[in-house]
Amino acid sequence: MADVAAAWRPYRAVLASRVRSQASYRGGFVLDLASSLLVGLVELAEVWVLYRAISDPGGIGGLDLAAAVLVFGLADLSFSIADMLVGHVDTLPRYLRSGTLDVFYLRPQPLLAQLVTSEISVRRITRIAVGAVALGIGLVINDIAWTPLHVLFLALVVLTSTATFAGVFVAAAGVQFFLVDASEMTNAIVYGGRYAASQPASVWSKPLVALFGFAVPIAFTAYLPTVALLGLRGSAWLPGWVGWLAPLAAVWTWAVALLAWRTGIRHYQGGGG
Amino acid sequence: MRHDGQPASGTVELTVTWLRVHGRLFASGWRRGATYRAAALGGLVANATFGLLKASILTAAVRAAGGELGGYDQAAILAYAWLTQALLGSVNLFGRSDLADRMKDGSIAIDLLRPVDVQTASTAQEVGRALFSLLPRGVPLVVLGALFGGLRLPTDPAQLALGVISVVLAVVLSSLLVYLVAASGFWTVETRGLQVFYMIVSGFLAGLFVPVTLFPDWLLTLAWSTPFPPLLQVPVDVLSGRVTGTAALALVGLQVGWLAVIYAIGALMTRAGRRRLEVQGG
Repeated sequence: MADVAAAWRPYRAVLASRVRSQASYRGGFVLDLASSLLVGLVELAEVWVLYRAISDPGGIGGLDLAAAVLVFGLADLSFSIADMLVGHVDTLPRYLRSGTLDVFYLRPQPLLAQLVTSEISVRRITRIAVGAVALGIGLVINDIAWTPLHVLFLALVVLTSTATFAGVFVAAAGVQFFLVDASEMTNAIVYGGRYAASQPASVWSKPLVALFGFAVPIAFTAYLPTVALLGLRGSAWLPGWVGWLAPLAAVWTWAVALLAWRTGIRHYQGGGG
Repeated sequence: MRHDGQPASGTVELTVTWLRVHGRLFASGWRRGATYRAAALGGLVANATFGLLKASILTAAVRAAGGELGGYDQAAILAYAWLTQALLGSVNLFGRSDLADRMKDGSIAIDLLRPVDVQTASTAQEVGRALFSLLPRGVPLVVLGALFGGLRLPTDPAQLALGVISVVLAVVLSSLLVYLVAASGFWTVETRGLQVFYMIVSGFLAGLFVPVTLFPDWLLTLAWSTPFPPLLQVPVDVLSGRVTGTAALALVGLQVGWLAVIYAIGALMTRAGRRRLEVQGG
């Protein structure tokens, strides 16, 4: 136990310094907090506007507004936590272009661990709050037949969905070693994935099911667990019971992420400095 | 001023000079857009992904609403989903501009010494870059949407021409709006807060996520009292042929009206701001 605490001490020191540095520009920090709160609220408002405009109580893709709020809450909470913890790995292209990545090679720690632990984006905390509140509302307004299994499943899903999104960030970073200037290409997966996560996957066209249902298992982060929790039917390609397998998506994502990262590292030739 | 430094005489000559200078600035913006090929490709992939996602959820929503939602049927909502993404590389909804960076690092002082108006000069460059983006991002996305996404554009040449005019007006209007964001830097050094606020509000009220016609009444009124629907909702509706005839002309008229208002505000800000500006260092 003491060993674990000792092992984490450097990370705690780094994080504490990052938090202090972000909070020291008070105006900018408050502004960042306010803007990520506003972004979260506007995105929730979009869900509300769309579902409100439909009078059919059946909702869209088998989800009514209450279920959609639950999906949004799960998706946004887990994405935002992942974004806070590892989202900064998307600054990798900047290190690659300026050649400063080589500095990390001088330190006796794995490159990925250093990048992940080099920063924590505290400003995401308001976005996490929006996700958590939406999730809370979603759990209250939906009719869920709670059993201990449901509670355990929900807790596990928040963890594994966060891990899935974290894996997506890392996989995207691995690909950056090849793309460098086309970082928007991976944004299609990362931020497209965030957007996709808050949608009912039952409405997706076939290419989307292939992309966000299986290759990058975004459907497993929020939509399918919600379908499982509410006991809904799901769709032909992603039936309701698949939702219970949601945690496995994190394992698959991390296998791909670590492979992408390793390939990227092997490809990297150094900044020439 | 002419190239030999002598003040130009006569209105015609002044106009010709103005056009030549701004034409060159436009061309330089266009060329800059052309240099970032990889970034344009990345943007295209991102837009296509979002196009697919938007098309899926919005067509499902129209189906759920019984075939018509906020004035959109299946064909109209598909056009909406693809065209908004096609315009996203050109209509500036992010609030960022080169001028904002130049304000911050102080190079604006050099711009102010030049014998061209800062507002029109920087807008000409932004418009050049933005219109170039239609080639690597806008046109391919329309083609992709037509081939795989069920996008149909009107065949009436008059309607198409009006649509293209509306797109150009939207691009110019967005550049002028972003100029206002940057020009607030005359008073405050850091404009990032305003830029982020612009990004959040403009996208939502322009109809980037859902058409503004789906908004509840109070929000719809709020949206139409801002210059944001003319950035996206209007050009998409005119280009897709959802709004035709005099209604379409009225929408384009609205764009022209906002263009004049936002230009005037920008001109006033430039005049007031250049007396306020403090540049640090030197």
